[in-house]
Amino acid sequence: MHARLIHRFLQCLLVAFCLVVTLFATDLRAADDLRAMINALGGGSFQESQKQVEALAKTGDPKIVPALEALSEGDLYQRKADGTVFIVKPAGSNFKLTDALTGDAAGEEAKAALEKVKVNNGLRRVIRAALGGLTLMSPDAGVRLQAASTILRTPSADALEGLDAALAAETDGTVKAVLEKALAASVLVSDRPVDEKKAAIATVVQTGGRDSLSLLSGALLSADESLRPDIEVGIKKIEDQLALWAAGQNIWYGLSLGSVLLLAAIGLAITFGVMGIINMAHGEMVMLGAYTTFVVQQIIRDSYPALFDWSLAIALPLAFLVTGAVGLVMERGIIRFLYGRPLETLLATWGVSLILQQAVRSIFGPTNQEVGNPSWMSGAFDLGGLTITWNRMWIIVFSLAVFGFLLFLLKKTPMGLQMRAVTQNRRMASSMGIRTPWVDALTFALGSGIAGIAGVALSQIDNVSPNLGQGYIIDSFMVVVFGGVGNLWGTLVGAFTLGILNKVLEPYAGAVLGKILVLVLIILFIQKRPRGLFALKGRAVEA
Amino acid sequence: MNTLASNAKPTSILYLDGVSVSFDGFKALNSLSFVIEPGELRAIIGPNGAGKTTMMDIITGKTRPDAGEVFFKGTIDLTQKDEAEIAQLGIGRKFQKPTVFESHTVWDNLELALNRNRGVFSTLFYRLTADDKARIEEILSTVRLANRRDDFAANLSHGQKQWLEIGMLLAQEPELLLVDEPVAGMTDAETAETAILLKEIARTRSVVVVEHDMGFIRDLGVKVTCLAEGSVLAEGSIDFVSADQRVIENYLGR
Amino acid sequence: MITSFILKALDRNIVIVVALLLAIAALVPALNLLTSPDHPLHVPTYIVSLFGKYFTYALLALALDLVWGFCGILSLGHAAFFALGGYAMGMYLMRQIGARGSYGNPLLPDFMVFLNWKELPWFWYGFDMFWFAALMAVLVPGLLAFVFGWFAFRSRVNGVYLSIITQAMTFALLLAFFRNDMGFGGNNGLTDFKDIMGYSIQSNGTRSALFAASAIALALSLIIASGIVRSKYGKILVGVRDAESRTRFLGYRVEHMKLFAFTVSAMMAGVAGALYVPQVGIINPGEFDPANSIEVVIWTAVGGRGTLIGPIVGAILVNGGKSIFTAAFPEFWLFALGGLFVLVTLFLPKGIVGTARHFIERRKEYRKAKADEAARAFAAEPQAAE
Repeated sequence: MHARLIHRFLQCLLVAFCLVVTLFATDLRAADDLRAMINALGGGSFQESQKQVEALAKTGDPKIVPALEALSEGDLYQRKADGTVFIVKPAGSNFKLTDALTGDAAGEEAKAALEKVKVNNGLRRVIRAALGGLTLMSPDAGVRLQAASTILRTPSADALEGLDAALAAETDGTVKAVLEKALAASVLVSDRPVDEKKAAIATVVQTGGRDSLSLLSGALLSADESLRPDIEVGIKKIEDQLALWAAGQNIWYGLSLGSVLLLAAIGLAITFGVMGIINMAHGEMVMLGAYTTFVVQQIIRDSYPALFDWSLAIALPLAFLVTGAVGLVMERGIIRFLYGRPLETLLATWGVSLILQQAVRSIFGPTNQEVGNPSWMSGAFDLGGLTITWNRMWIIVFSLAVFGFLLFLLKKTPMGLQMRAVTQNRRMASSMGIRTPWVDALTFALGSGIAGIAGVALSQIDNVSPNLGQGYIIDSFMVVVFGGVGNLWGTLVGAFTLGILNKVLEPYAGAVLGKILVLVLIILFIQKRPRGLFALKGRAVEA
Repeated sequence: MNTLASNAKPTSILYLDGVSVSFDGFKALNSLSFVIEPGELRAIIGPNGAGKTTMMDIITGKTRPDAGEVFFKGTIDLTQKDEAEIAQLGIGRKFQKPTVFESHTVWDNLELALNRNRGVFSTLFYRLTADDKARIEEILSTVRLANRRDDFAANLSHGQKQWLEIGMLLAQEPELLLVDEPVAGMTDAETAETAILLKEIARTRSVVVVEHDMGFIRDLGVKVTCLAEGSVLAEGSIDFVSADQRVIENYLGR
Repeated sequence: MITSFILKALDRNIVIVVALLLAIAALVPALNLLTSPDHPLHVPTYIVSLFGKYFTYALLALALDLVWGFCGILSLGHAAFFALGGYAMGMYLMRQIGARGSYGNPLLPDFMVFLNWKELPWFWYGFDMFWFAALMAVLVPGLLAFVFGWFAFRSRVNGVYLSIITQAMTFALLLAFFRNDMGFGGNNGLTDFKDIMGYSIQSNGTRSALFAASAIALALSLIIASGIVRSKYGKILVGVRDAESRTRFLGYRVEHMKLFAFTVSAMMAGVAGALYVPQVGIINPGEFDPANSIEVVIWTAVGGRGTLIGPIVGAILVNGGKSIFTAAFPEFWLFALGGLFVLVTLFLPKGIVGTARHFIERRKEYRKAKADEAARAFAAEPQAAE
């Protein structure tokens, strides 16, 4: 997954590069003057260099940005032979040369053939101010935004002038907002008057985030007495805010875990909750679903790579069919002989789970199989202080969709009606002409099929190995038992409660201890309410 | 709440007043009140869902009432006790479906039911005494199972299982016996014999019988309470109750 | 009181098996130690160890049978009691290593030195004494079972619900023992044992003694289990299994009945674990794996639950099969085990011993019926002659 991200990143760079090249080509003449000025950077004293930099900055041309950045980094070298200045990168004993203006590759040179353009901190400061000013004045709003953000992250007093100028000229609202924040941050580290700083502190506090916090903490060390209380209050405020976001992030992780639990448990809510069958091979149904995804992706990779983004959509119905069929065979072949003997069912299905595990191990090997994320499931986005990955996001949506589908199926369709009728009163249902054995088989197949599509989703975030299912079976039972047997809503609430509880406990107790605590809590809870959160009451339950 | 004259409480063996219980909004019992006197044999009738079994659940501690009073022998509050305690106090219960220990012999079934110390260690080191033997023999003949003492209960006929269960209740030596549909599934001859058996038992203790079989109740010839929708509809002799218009509407007429 | 308990326990079948076990306990070590390796009757040491291990498994299965077969409590957490007993013994063996560990610390076991611990945690005190460790091997599982059972049975958690929370219990312990800071060696567990009560754990003599101890412990537990099952209390247990509410309405405290059986059973499992660890030389958190507990269930089911001999037969047969299978076709062992689960529940619900007993009883009844018939015919004949 990592390798793929880097690859994609490089692709983007390439595209951007090509764009830049074409832009440059249209503007060659101006480039000649610039080249002369850049070449003049080499060889002179620091003062001369400083003048050159300022002159370059005055041109306001964004093309000089790479050269200035390279100078600041110490990567700018002058070729002794013709005095041309290049951006270089070490390559063995040679330097790899890049044209300072166009960014084109310009061959290699021995290290000895080049001389470094000297730079010191004074010069760097000038460059930074120049760069800030340059990019802040760029005609492209995106570039301006990035420049402002850079300053916001690394504020300096030198950037102030540029910022003031840019702010006066800025028309874009978003950029302006960031500029204001960057200005405030820069004011804090400058020697501007106290009043101005106070206003700046307020702005920084409003910005919030970890960077603002370190900025304020830094400012606190060297701050004027009169400013200290303001800064301290500000720090406190930001810390509170951060704690709130951290809690929010934990709840998000909890929701995410909850959705995984819901997916794993929801098939069980049918087979165990509605039918009362203990299916210890339920986890293996999830595992089979994940392996179906793997096989589908394997075929797509070999034969139809263009379809890769559709692989999950293709795997979904297939996984449902595969695991549904396995469930059907299990019900007809084994479980139906064991109705009314739950402990025996438990043992027989455990046997099936061992067989399925070993079968998968024999076919695919014991190691983890790589299941890829389609592009729309990769990456992450920020929401306020939260980082949200797309795959987790989609899994939450998916789990809720499956839940909704099942609820609809059970409550609103004739098949669901028959299922409920059979589980509530088998004899009555049978005498009303419902083919109860058939309904049993289909219900069990449905529960298994749902486990299969859960496997498709879980293959996106978990290791796909023959042991995949084992990790889920205890948790799934806990969810169903905790939520209350025979109640889909109970499973929903149970899954998310346990998910969030787990993740909220984790920061205090650690991952393992947190899990143990949750198990202990559930065991205690079952003592208190043996029939779960949403228990059915009355005589019918006892029968 | 007090729908009964509370002066009945001290002398009664069983006293229910204003007992209500509901399951998920369904009112199984609705302010049910009645009194059983010591030594009384009482029949309780009523349509399905009238709350007969729920009433037994409450008396024997299986279900807790939402409201109301349940007293045994005038002073013992049954709502505060669980099944085992109530059984040890001297209230025996026969289930609707005969429930005996199928993988034990008839003899062992009765031995387990004997009213002896019921702790873990006293049962672990229990030895059958001559007294206990005699008592079991006596009960065996009372319930007409003497010749089947060594057979597994699983191999008894339905009627014999019913009797074995009644025998187990006798071995428990209760002061109050609750009997749920004792003649369901019995032949006519067995039914008649069961009526005689129950009357015999009632000579020494109080018995409450829940039954659907009107012929059987007529055979018993005792005071009848008719329940409907969780409360008492009518109470009196069988002729009085079966003449009651509401009883006919609710129960007999259908 | 006690004598009547034991007398009741010793019915014919139990006497035979106990005698057999005691004979094996004496004979096998003798054949191992007193005969030369090329003697035709010589029992190699690896067989002694292997069967010593099987006997501890048999004891574990017997413990499970006491609650499952006779009381209907399907515990999916008995491996946890076994492992706790094993850890207690492992802690003793660890402390016996003393300064001979790789770090040469006379007080701290190697893994503690490795974790940079400075002093022995309080719960390791006393484990340098054998009697204390042996006591703990029984008491700790017993206490856990008592506390767990007290909560579970009091609130009437029954059937599969109970099975699932016992499974959760052993799963929680598995996670806990994996942690280094629990102080039980984390992932690696306890191993590298040197000697037990002063005798080298590797020597033939010690191995034979452990084998004999396992056989004797199994025999004693069999007598205790038999006494329990054949007492009035045992009949109540079966009553709880078959008709729990009837037992309750007869005035028995079902939760106390279950709790006693569960606790005794956990203690037996602890003894089994304590005997197991010195024979295999290691105890690690893997023993808490829920899959292990379920495997114990299948041993019991194969042999015949609700019989006392069944679990012993089942444990030895299944584990013997496992040893052979995993050596010959390692790929297929899980298929075989899985198949066993399915086939036994479907076709052999009474297990081997239960089914055999069923046939013997049928045969007896048939013979009795035939004899009755013959007697009747004989009685009828003189009348016919008259």
